[in-house]
Amino acid sequence: MIEIDDVSRLYDGRAVVDQVTLTIQPRTVCVIVGTSGSGKTTLLRMINKLVNPSSGSLRIDGEDIAGIPAYELRRRIGYAIQGHGLFPHRTVAQNIATVPGLLGWDKAKTQTRVDELLELFQLDPVSFRDRLPHQLSGGEQQRVGVARALAARPNILLMDEPYGALDPVIRAKAQDDLLAIQRKLGTTIVLVTHDMEEAIHLGDTIAVMAHGKLLQSAPPAEIIARPASDFVANLIGSSERPFRLLSLSRVGDHVEPGTASGTPVDVTASLRDAYAELLWSARTALPVTRDGQVIGQVTLAALARLAARPQ
Amino acid sequence: MSLAETAHSQTPPAWLALDRLGVLVAIIAAGGLALPFALFRANRIVPGDALGLFAALPMPLALVLLTALVGGFAAALLRWPAAIKLGMGLVVLAVLFVLVGLSASHLTPEGDSFARVSPGAGFWVLAFAFAVLVTDALTRLALRPWQRIVMLLAVTFAMALLLWSGLWTDLSMLKEYANRAQSFWSEARTHLGLAFGSVALATLVGVPLGLVCYKVKSLRASVLSVLNIIQTIPSIALFGLLIAPLAWVGAHVPGAKTIGISGIGATPALLALFAYSLLPIVANTVVGLLGVSPAAIDAARGMGMTRWQRLRAVELPLAFPVILTGIRIVLVQNIGLTTIAALVGGGGFGVFVFQGIGQTAMDLVLLGAVPTVALAFAAAVVLDALVDMTARETRT
Repeated sequence: MIEIDDVSRLYDGRAVVDQVTLTIQPRTVCVIVGTSGSGKTTLLRMINKLVNPSSGSLRIDGEDIAGIPAYELRRRIGYAIQGHGLFPHRTVAQNIATVPGLLGWDKAKTQTRVDELLELFQLDPVSFRDRLPHQLSGGEQQRVGVARALAARPNILLMDEPYGALDPVIRAKAQDDLLAIQRKLGTTIVLVTHDMEEAIHLGDTIAVMAHGKLLQSAPPAEIIARPASDFVANLIGSSERPFRLLSLSRVGDHVEPGTASGTPVDVTASLRDAYAELLWSARTALPVTRDGQVIGQVTLAALARLAARPQ
Repeated sequence: MSLAETAHSQTPPAWLALDRLGVLVAIIAAGGLALPFALFRANRIVPGDALGLFAALPMPLALVLLTALVGGFAAALLRWPAAIKLGMGLVVLAVLFVLVGLSASHLTPEGDSFARVSPGAGFWVLAFAFAVLVTDALTRLALRPWQRIVMLLAVTFAMALLLWSGLWTDLSMLKEYANRAQSFWSEARTHLGLAFGSVALATLVGVPLGLVCYKVKSLRASVLSVLNIIQTIPSIALFGLLIAPLAWVGAHVPGAKTIGISGIGATPALLALFAYSLLPIVANTVVGLLGVSPAAIDAARGMGMTRWQRLRAVELPLAFPVILTGIRIVLVQNIGLTTIAALVGGGGFGVFVFQGIGQTAMDLVLLGAVPTVALAFAAAVVLDALVDMTARETRT
């Protein structure tokens, strides 16, 4: 658990982070979202002491981080940044082995871990291990960057706009992979982005920041349904609200009995995708399949109800 | 008739198309052909007779040279592959170098040890023209760094073979050498010691100084401007300026004399060369470190590297190619500048240059100048190759 307690950071007397209090539950993804200059990156960088708070305190699992030497704390926390920050003169394997090396792991253990991570990120160890970063595509570099951050099995992973440099198709894939890996490892992730779509897709909790202040911290559905201020509502985009709400649920949770005709939709698809398919094919219901078997239908009427503002 | 057809009918076939740089090479070479090939003097200081190609060489050899030159002109003028241009250029240079030695043997009367034969303006101009052709071909071939070093070794070996074979023994430069063989090698050692020693010292001091300037922003501007001012002092003046203070140190500081510190000799030369080397090394260290990707540095900090680990594992390796470029600049610069050390009694190849000027014996000047130029050239090739090799590994 990460507890941020009444934390401020001043630069030349101006508060970049202003009295923020936020608790991040273990094994969840917390996305800090805000416009540029909102203080979101500064807040993130205070968690691994890249920035020290001017006032207030931060605790990790109950321990005040002020008492932990910065380099020691950072070796316990994964850190991945925009543009990956890979060391251009080191191979993929050497990059991933950075923190294990700092912690003094032995060679065999490090090598096993490197191969394990490459496989986890769907990069063939034999062909990727000895490549240099400039020999990788943007998406591969980003995956190696996250693999490097996870090398020493940290409980916490900090990510600063990790997908900012990726094109939309690769970004969506990277986001899905990250969620799958998070579920598998149970890592607590704190991720900074300016993209509300990304925040809603990834976050168990979304923390909205503006001008150094934390405006609202809540699960995505609540942020969409009950924005704490006009600023938050604007960030979500009023015309996007129903679709964002639909994107939070899976078809599988809203299957009704009945049979519909035409192209089916899988239970794992989001309601938003189902809704788009309904409108595009001008149908009022879609058959729903699980493992190829039709198990029911999802209807336009039900989706319209679900997309409405929750009471 | 369409435009394309018009253009086609007026363009000569591809193999006949002219190479622009080649035209320049050919014009220079043609000029060289018109100038005297060799100079003959009855002794080392009288003015000599300029001899044309046919006077300087026996007829068959002159024809050999002309044949080689025809090939050379063709390779220069036409758009042939770079490898052929390179090969032909090297052949012409080899023929020129061998024949100038043979010309000396041909012109020197039997048993006359006073007569001097030296390469004429024509030889130098021809050699220059085809050296340009060879350099251009090498650039076009875009050789890998290790291939360039192999080329350099091959050329060095060929030159050594030429000198060892005795083909050049009758050339006046080699006669000057024969009279001074012993001092030549000791001056060569001094020259190399001064040039490499000053660069090594400047690297030992300059890289840490650059590091400090990189970390301490407030220091950067002042240190760099002081070094800039040193760089603007004319070299002869700097050598001279050091005489008085070093003489004082030698006379008054105990032990200074025993380690060789005095107003004249190698110490002021070494210090002056060291002073000139500092700016490029410090400046390149700072620029190289500033050029390290901020994302890589942020990632290094964020993963828990200490300041020293970051410097050793990330910042210095990534700045290395730029630092090495600074070292390359000063090494080539100092190999040349070391010639001036002779003025303050520091020794080196400059000794022959200044003796030669004093005696109006141009061959003696060349005995000092040619090895200096060759050394500087070799150092440039080797270090450029090293810079390329390291830069290849650190690019983002």
